[in-house]
Amino acid sequence: MKMPSWIRVERRPAPSALTVLTVSLGAVVLALLVAGLFFKAYGVSPLRAYGFILKGAFGSRLGLTETIRRMIPLLVIGVGLVVAFRALFWNIGAQGQLLMGAVAATGIALFSGIPDLLLIPAMFIGGFFAGALWGIGPAYLKVKLGINDVITTLMLNYVAISIVEWLVYGPWKGITQRGFPRTDRFPDAAILPTIASTRIHWPTLAIGLTAALVLFVVLKKTRVGFEIRVVGENPHAAQYSGISQTKITILAMVISGGLAGIAGVGEVAGIHYLLQNPLSISLSYGFTAIIVAWLARRNPLAVILTSFLFGVLMRGGDVIKVSLGLPFELVDVFNGLILFFLIGSEIFIRYRVRFGVRREAA
Amino acid sequence: MTSENNVPLAVQLSGIVKRFPGVIANDGVNLIVRRGEIHCLLGENGAGKTTLMRILYGLYQPDEGEISLHGKIVRITSPKAALAHRIGMVHQHFHLVPTLSVEENIVLGLSEGTGPFLQLKKTRKKIHQLAEGYGLEVNPGAKVWQLTVGQQQRVEILKALYRNADILIMDEPTSVLTPQEVDALFGTLRTLVEAGLTVIFITHKLDEVMEVSHRVTVLQKGKAVATVNTQESSKAELARLMVGREVVFRVEKPKAVLGERILDVAGIHASNDRGLPALRGVSFELYGGEILGVAGVSGNGQHELSEVLTGMRRATKGRAMLEAHDLTDCSARKIADLGVAHVPTERIRVGTVPAMSVRENLILKSYRSPDFCKWSILNEKAAYENACRAMKEYEISAPHDGTAVGNLSGGNIQRLVLARELCGSPKFVVAAHPTYGLDVGATEQVRKVLLEQRSRGAGILLISEDLEEILQLSDRVLVLYEGQIMGVVNPAEVSLEEIGLMMAGTHRQEVLA
Amino acid sequence: MNWESWIIETVSRALIYGTPMLLGTLGEIYAERSGVLNLGVEGMMLVGALTGFAVAMRTGHPWLGVLVAGCVGAVFSVIHAFASITLRANQVVSGLALTFLGMGLSGVIGRAYEGLPLWSKLGKVSIPLLEKIPILGPAVFQGQYPLTYIAIGLAILMWFVLYKTRIGISIRAVGEDPATADSLGINVSRVRYLCVMVGGFLAGVAGAYWSVAYRTAWSGGMTAGLGWIVIALTIFAFWNPLWALGGAFFFAAMRVLSFRLQAWLPPELLNAMPYILAIVVLIVVSRGTLQKQMGAPSALSLPYTRGED
Repeated sequence: MKMPSWIRVERRPAPSALTVLTVSLGAVVLALLVAGLFFKAYGVSPLRAYGFILKGAFGSRLGLTETIRRMIPLLVIGVGLVVAFRALFWNIGAQGQLLMGAVAATGIALFSGIPDLLLIPAMFIGGFFAGALWGIGPAYLKVKLGINDVITTLMLNYVAISIVEWLVYGPWKGITQRGFPRTDRFPDAAILPTIASTRIHWPTLAIGLTAALVLFVVLKKTRVGFEIRVVGENPHAAQYSGISQTKITILAMVISGGLAGIAGVGEVAGIHYLLQNPLSISLSYGFTAIIVAWLARRNPLAVILTSFLFGVLMRGGDVIKVSLGLPFELVDVFNGLILFFLIGSEIFIRYRVRFGVRREAA
Repeated sequence: MTSENNVPLAVQLSGIVKRFPGVIANDGVNLIVRRGEIHCLLGENGAGKTTLMRILYGLYQPDEGEISLHGKIVRITSPKAALAHRIGMVHQHFHLVPTLSVEENIVLGLSEGTGPFLQLKKTRKKIHQLAEGYGLEVNPGAKVWQLTVGQQQRVEILKALYRNADILIMDEPTSVLTPQEVDALFGTLRTLVEAGLTVIFITHKLDEVMEVSHRVTVLQKGKAVATVNTQESSKAELARLMVGREVVFRVEKPKAVLGERILDVAGIHASNDRGLPALRGVSFELYGGEILGVAGVSGNGQHELSEVLTGMRRATKGRAMLEAHDLTDCSARKIADLGVAHVPTERIRVGTVPAMSVRENLILKSYRSPDFCKWSILNEKAAYENACRAMKEYEISAPHDGTAVGNLSGGNIQRLVLARELCGSPKFVVAAHPTYGLDVGATEQVRKVLLEQRSRGAGILLISEDLEEILQLSDRVLVLYEGQIMGVVNPAEVSLEEIGLMMAGTHRQEVLA
Repeated sequence: MNWESWIIETVSRALIYGTPMLLGTLGEIYAERSGVLNLGVEGMMLVGALTGFAVAMRTGHPWLGVLVAGCVGAVFSVIHAFASITLRANQVVSGLALTFLGMGLSGVIGRAYEGLPLWSKLGKVSIPLLEKIPILGPAVFQGQYPLTYIAIGLAILMWFVLYKTRIGISIRAVGEDPATADSLGINVSRVRYLCVMVGGFLAGVAGAYWSVAYRTAWSGGMTAGLGWIVIALTIFAFWNPLWALGGAFFFAAMRVLSFRLQAWLPPELLNAMPYILAIVVLIVVSRGTLQKQMGAPSALSLPYTRGED
């Protein structure tokens, strides 16, 4: 773009945290403003609509707990994605990894014969491995053959969906479900405990919070975290300093795939208590978590905040459906707008505008 | 003025000045090229040859000066404009799309007013005519990626001819060709000028200048030093013109105290990124306490040599022994652990992580050692102390150790790289273009540091395009040309002319003969 | 059922089912050939489906619905083009955002249209003489939507343009080596914008086909993953419009046959085939020479800036 000579656009070599924060917040606010226009077009006052959302999310005990339970899978997956993105592994396959975790949990809960006391830990471990394994293929293809990880992880989403559909229509169809495409209900010992009478399945939440904290520390203070950061910031320097990109990519994949798998365990064992039609299980958590991770600007602790924000939006979607009659897909509009404004705003992070004529270097 | 001695002029550049931040690439350059001649532009890297031709081709605009074509003053604002003036350029890295065919590449970007459809028959006929007329054999339907480099270059030439170029600029065209392909190219060039075209040929190779050019203009550090008729000159004279100059300053250097032999390199062969041979049987030794300079025009294998010795590139043949260890198959990490320091050419792109802090960049290689890492946890305190020490010792100027390296000046980044690489008393230091782009103060400091390491007993391999720097800092100088060593000389005893000849392709024995 | 009528039924249904896949894929092929990865196909299809339905219902002209749907798809895709090309944002994320937005907007705005009948729908036609040909006639020329024939014609036309015209060469150059194209005076941004918009237009048309011809109804999310199949199909077709023709109808045939093949292979797993095959193709073309001959455009998903360090 041609600019007059007294405006200069310069690259920022290392944007400050403050810059990143202000620009990101600005993007979210702008997106919500535009969404407000959308409400207006429907004849609903934006203030009223946002009022409903905030009240729905915070105004009652039910609201707050529902917000948190929506937040749980976003938190768990989002933390994993932050690590993956930091290692330049573009994991778009969290939807599929979540489902495979759910499949593992279902298999263990219904068919494994593991003693009751060990059932829940076994499900989490199984779910972690299932999710990680679902991501190993793309990771391997990336490091060995240089194949684009975006496409491979994306494609496996739909393979996972097919697998779940096959299972619930076929071999795992529940005996008690009267022909519906669902598995039987999990035995009680496989159902995750919740906080009081809410739907917050706290083991998964605990895993998510712990993972956020642990991974934050790992990235900042450990050797492996250091290596991940170098690989993500400057792959050439990584090679120069002798860091194995293969090792780091696979590690990032295992962590992010595994965490997505755990989110899947949480959904089937904490909310649905069975495996059914894949889209009801995964909704769009896997994709929404990408926005959560992106907004968290690669900081695992920040994911706690951003996943909460999107939990609010999802809860808001439920509330608006009831009170204003607008369909739940509204949440997708929020998601889309926020994401667009976020990536559009990046140009303000990467570059800065300077006014005045440049003086020649002395 | 359209002619000089009644010979029609094709190109006349007068008083061309081009400045970039910190450097004057062309400093009042005058160039006169006669029609129908092959005119060589000779000079080392940084002499300003490519910049000058980029101005002629419209890629850059001159700050001062003017261009005349066939006697008329013109302004060339873009490559498209240059083509409209019938100037064509064949770059060092070809502008060809590998997956398209020859004819598609030739036609790319042209709108011949025949609508959207390709008149392939017409195109093919015209290509055929041109190819026959100038002896440029090529299969129009072949995909470019299937062609050899020599054939690809022919496509580039045809592209220019197809667009009616009558002035052809070639930028270091032989750097990627085999000897046979070079002969073929020269034959083509002679045919072109016989047909009335004019060829301007950028090179640093004296043999080629003598063989194919009618006249040659020598550039040195941005100025046009002389223009001579090739027939009336000699390689020796040209070499002298190319590198001869007033020596600007002398460096105080204590006498070398040689230690043990540290490095024994035998018959190293390696390929570059494009798969072409970059090192063709390089053998030399390095002793502790000396600086071995590697002289030569950039692109003759120096980069690949530094990469092979630091584990960033695999040698295809040969062996390099660091005392008792064989470096040839080692990873970069292992080599660093063995006590080899690497100050890379690209200090920002390769040598540092700009988004990370000074403190973290300083432990970029040593973070694995127990000093900085216990049970996989980084010792921040140790890293902090290390940073404070390094910043003081090497005078790295930064607000604090947590500043992102990307915000530092070039000089400070290089100080950081030196601090990191040289702590721990390495036995062997590979310093590639260590003062490139630095201001006078930083340059002084870097040279001082290298000499200190030398006094300490380290063996240093110094690669640089600055011939002065090499001659003043080195105890011995090795000259690389096309991946082979032309000779190893003592800088105190060798003349600039001899070095110039070696850098431009003559073997030491021939020089001395 | 004898095997003759079995073939006729299978081919006929495959053509019907495969048309939107083909349309969407042709568009995405052009976008990717110019170097832009557009993951927003699903979103654009849904927007197109809704638009087509709404316009057809309100104006009574189904073809107008299809046309407007295409235009809306193209406009929609400009958002992605702007983010990816001008702002040089991450194309993956931008495409996903487009999908979200498309799904969201169509779902919300479309609520009012759910369950409504469409009288002015795009009907099936039969081609008079050709339908008399034994077996081939009833299979291909009888009882098809006109859009199917348009799609097939488009495939051939777009193949021709891509490989035999100046525009096509420019597109391919921009996708392989934008720096070279730029140095030869081709406006890289403009070519990419146009290709992305072509992709958006065709995705919109594909969506409209679904709502105005095939299902003659609208419901939220009705394209049910068609957009993702298109992405897989683009790879499976090796970015070649003619092979997309074969690929689309092949996948459609598999879908149609999946219930028949139930005894051997569960239909749900058969649905996974396009995605698995796409990965297989990527593996196959990852080797050196094959990559150059048939692989993805080299500059795919890489933003282009002129001479930046």
